[in-house]
Amino acid sequence: MELQIDDSVLVKNYINGEEKALEVLINRHNQRISSFIYSKVLDRDITEDIFQDTFIKVIKTLRKGSYSEEGKFLPWVMRIAHNLVIDHFRKNKRMPMFEGSDDFNIFSVIGDDQLNVEKQIIKDQIDSDLNLLIEELPEDQKEVLMMRIYRDMSFKEISENTGVSINTALGRMRYALINLRKVIEKNNIVLTN
Amino acid sequence: MEKIYSDNQNACKLAKACPETVQFLMNYSKSLNIVTYNNIQFENNLN
Repeated sequence: MELQIDDSVLVKNYINGEEKALEVLINRHNQRISSFIYSKVLDRDITEDIFQDTFIKVIKTLRKGSYSEEGKFLPWVMRIAHNLVIDHFRKNKRMPMFEGSDDFNIFSVIGDDQLNVEKQIIKDQIDSDLNLLIEELPEDQKEVLMMRIYRDMSFKEISENTGVSINTALGRMRYALINLRKVIEKNNIVLTN
Repeated sequence: MEKIYSDNQNACKLAKACPETVQFLMNYSKSLNIVTYNNIQFENNLN
């Protein structure tokens, strides 16, 4: 008959630096604690996560010397697991998890509208190239273009700010765009993301 | 006969954390270092 070392002895050995004692404790109570967690959350992955968090707490408490041995190692671990299960449900209540199925993927409906890193780099490059091209425009055209595109001003506001008529502002904008296109075509610049 | 109470069947299944999780915990334990300074305990992960 195999001699089973008592939990309290294993805990003591672990606190004294014997790592193997922890492995024995985990393996001894693995099924019982995992089954308890699984019976509440009904999900294998979440069970693994909570089991892991439970023993992380156990390890920290034992290593810090905060555990008082009263011969109740398993009930203590079960209490930690129980509290973490409650935390899990509390967290899920605040932020419910939606899992898609094979037929429906939530990311086909909603998406992150932010650019990925590669596209962001390309966009920054295009913006900087475009700035250089705009710098080459005649001053009056550049002024109108900057006000319209970057400051989102209406042509009425532009005309009031520059002291020219709306038609002149429109004309300058038109020539600014024509000139930009000319330079882009002439130099074979590609400004697309 | 038709099965009833089928919704909660899974609750009776025995679960067990996989060996990788146990190994992770062992590694975590080995890498954890607690330092006490002025009665304050600091956790270090020496990985």
